Amino acid sequence: MTENFNVIVATDCGSTTTKAILIEKKGNEYRQTFRGEAPTTVEAPFEDVTRGVLNAFAELEELSGRKILDGEKIITPAKENIGVDIYISTSSAGGGLQMMVAGAVLTMSAQSAQKAALGAGAIVMDVIASNDKRLPHEKIERIRDLRPDMILLSGGTDGGTVSHVVELAEFIGAASPRPRLGMTFQLPVIYAGNKDARDRVNDVLKDKTALRITDNLRPKLERENLGPARQEIQNLFLEHVMAHAPGYKKLMTWTGVPIMPTPSAVGEMMQAIARKENINVVGVDIGGATTDVFSVFGGVFNRTVSANFGMSYSISNVIAETGIENIMKWLPFELEEADIRNRIKNKMIRPTTIPQLLEDLILEHAIAREALRLSFVQHKALAVGLKGVQKQKDISESFDRAAEEETLIEMNRLDLIVGSGGVLSHAPRRSQAMMMMIDAFQPHGVTMIAVDSIFMMPHLGVLSTINEKAATEVFEKDCLIYLGPCISLTNSGKHGSHCLDCVITYSDGNKRKESLLFGELKVFELGEREKAEVEVTPAKKFDLGEGKGQKITKEVTGGVVGLVIDARGRPFDLQEGKGKEPMDKVLSKWNTAYDAYPE
Amino acid sequence: MTHAYTPGLRLAQKLQIRKSRNLPLPGDVIVKKGDMVKSGDIVARTNLPGKVHSVNVINRLAILPNDLRKNMLKKEGDSVVKDETIAETKPFIKMFKSICLSPITGIIETVSDITGQVLLREPPKPVQISAYIDGKVVETIENEGVVIETNATFVQGIFGIGGETTGELQIIVNSPDDIVKPEDIKETHRGKIIAGGSIIYSDAIKKALETGVKGIVVGGIRDKEINELLGYDLGVAITGSEDINITIIITEGFGQIRMAQKTFDILSQREGSVASINGATQIRAGVVRPEIIIPYSNEDSSDISAESKSPAGEESAGISIGDQVRIIRNPNFGMLGNVKSLPSELRTIETEARARVLEVEFPDGKTAIVPRANIEAIKT
Repeated sequence: MTENFNVIVATDCGSTTTKAILIEKKGNEYRQTFRGEAPTTVEAPFEDVTRGVLNAFAELEELSGRKILDGEKIITPAKENIGVDIYISTSSAGGGLQMMVAGAVLTMSAQSAQKAALGAGAIVMDVIASNDKRLPHEKIERIRDLRPDMILLSGGTDGGTVSHVVELAEFIGAASPRPRLGMTFQLPVIYAGNKDARDRVNDVLKDKTALRITDNLRPKLERENLGPARQEIQNLFLEHVMAHAPGYKKLMTWTGVPIMPTPSAVGEMMQAIARKENINVVGVDIGGATTDVFSVFGGVFNRTVSANFGMSYSISNVIAETGIENIMKWLPFELEEADIRNRIKNKMIRPTTIPQLLEDLILEHAIAREALRLSFVQHKALAVGLKGVQKQKDISESFDRAAEEETLIEMNRLDLIVGSGGVLSHAPRRSQAMMMMIDAFQPHGVTMIAVDSIFMMPHLGVLSTINEKAATEVFEKDCLIYLGPCISLTNSGKHGSHCLDCVITYSDGNKRKESLLFGELKVFELGEREKAEVEVTPAKKFDLGEGKGQKITKEVTGGVVGLVIDARGRPFDLQEGKGKEPMDKVLSKWNTAYDAYPE
Repeated sequence: MTHAYTPGLRLAQKLQIRKSRNLPLPGDVIVKKGDMVKSGDIVARTNLPGKVHSVNVINRLAILPNDLRKNMLKKEGDSVVKDETIAETKPFIKMFKSICLSPITGIIETVSDITGQVLLREPPKPVQISAYIDGKVVETIENEGVVIETNATFVQGIFGIGGETTGELQIIVNSPDDIVKPEDIKETHRGKIIAGGSIIYSDAIKKALETGVKGIVVGGIRDKEINELLGYDLGVAITGSEDINITIIITEGFGQIRMAQKTFDILSQREGSVASINGATQIRAGVVRPEIIIPYSNEDSSDISAESKSPAGEESAGISIGDQVRIIRNPNFGMLGNVKSLPSELRTIETEARARVLEVEFPDGKTAIVPRANIEAIKT
């Protein structure tokens, strides 16, 4: 049945805009054909999300010539140039899904609960744990003050602790938390902890909350079982949160499949592409208020949301977190610190403005690098193996830093980085997006870099749940813009020393030979879908992921920017060459290599 | 005529304003529909639940959870006073007796024989809501709050810190270009709201705090001053609950920016009247901007044909040729001008981005092309 859809209309109802796309089957393949957008109408004076959806449809009708609406009704099924076969939607309007999670031990059940909530598309407002060092009354006050959309309570393996879990339930009960939306309703609480504590938790919470009980998300120390809890979160998201958001009851009757939280849909898409290509993927969506990072490594999916790193509403928080000096270091020109601070605050209070001056654009790109970098650090810290499981370690592993020791994100095994969000998708030159992503993520070895052309990953994510073929086809043909591969060192060395030699053999047989010094970065021509063989021989102290001095030979496919060879070392330290060459000159050289900005 | 839609801050000499005054939890409304109220009058009150404290009694008494109830001297719902014994063991030899005291005065809320935890709650805390503006109660919502209506001058700021306050409005500079200096702030400004100028620095803010000024309305401020006043770098623009003994509202933006002439003129005309101001700002979905409300007295408002419009929220409205706009991003940040043309095609701007633009003509006759995203309408 799902294979028979020929015309699909999809929307993503974001906090500020509702984006509609039309996907049509042309011959044997699905393509995204038209796009319309309109302001989201969840807030006053409209307070009805469907108004914005109808406005976006109207734009789509105008552009495509296809009649989608009969009054306020969607015409189905599609016949020639009238109607669509299905309407699907995602939503993050009204602040998305905001949750609080609780678990017995911070790094075990509470962390698993956090992963379940993030994977279901939530923003985790706080993690409460028996051992989080807060006093009981502080926990209770926190629960009462935060007003989440729902709480996920876990704790104890099956057959394990009962008292710690019941204690947490008692805190939740004492707080009598009220939901953010729908004042007269009880707050939904999902219990996904030790099955032996179910009755007790039920006794404590059944009268005070809308309690749901599901399978333990950490039944054994060595095993997570996040699926049932995630499913329950999404059910409650529809039943409670969406049903109380203005206009969503009506919207839910229009869609052919349940509305998904936007980040959850993006996560579906990331997993679909990793599965199809059998690759490891990192994706990022940098918005105005939050930055979401997704990863699929060895089939294991993780998502984190950095709730206060963004490019407009949260722009000032990026500076508060990283320090102004970490922004200024990226600027190839002098600007007074006070001036930078005022500019950033002005962007915060007028978030819809766009940079008109080149120096303002470069400043925003500097901030984006730091927002992406900080969000990725947070992601790596949470995308870890299960704690509490005994592992054998050799002596060298014991000396590694804790975060690096346990993270699942192995940069050497990363195949693809996908960037999304205004500052990346709408950068005036594509090379600017590539530059920001390489500087922030610091890939190792050979990694392809891409951007989402017009932010359609949410739409494709929900589509992938009913027709994965259609979703991945459109993703590859219309959504992804491959910027090009990046070949990077995996270690560091002496600034200015001879670092590597490379030979690029193009498909027409032409060869190009180059040598790079440590600290250099070069961009070579290699167009979209164009293939070339690259042979890179590092000097004996340098490593490209295969060992010091070990040559790598790879066939790579180009992109709209080209092939980047980054010999600036890892971890990439911008201050490395300081003193040897003025920083503004170094930055200008790299910018020129990318042809990133107008002269 | 070509239109552009753009956000704008409200600025009105006279406007009919309705303000909802709601309790955080259901409670009692103590005024009636039709009552005339002053800004300081209490219109509704309720009790917030008291703080919860926990005592792990089984640990204190070194007993098992199952034995908890028989060692408790108090049960759920009982009142207790601070340091009163709530549980004790009953050993054969009295000297081995252990006792557990109440950490607070309040009631016993729950006793758990699973965790051994006893939760106690402090007495409820009364909360009162004031009218905030002088006006008439036009609606009462049972157990929730009231709506107050008034005819007033209404000015929205762009950003503020500090909550609701009320005081007589005083203009303390001669021109909207002036810097607000410490010597401009006099002892007579105690308890008042001072306004005017393009910027205020730390020394003058310090003087205002020492003098007991209740609020400052100014064109611009540096990020540095906000940091110093708050003691931290403001990450997200959600403000209003800062405990700083003063409310500051900026009308234009960060940095030194001349207060818009119209804003300055309107505030100057209302000098001497009582103003209600609130610095609360929330720049997220559901924008809240700081506000200055200066109600007219009954006699004054009788001959005013106030515009009947709710000022709630920021508005999007059409921009037409001839409209006055403010440029809100560099270059020309803060400058006011009039829309000269609204080209419909996308233009390439300096960053190479393609954007919808408009042409602004400044008072000196010069013109500039500005992205439509970078202007805001001045609404009067």
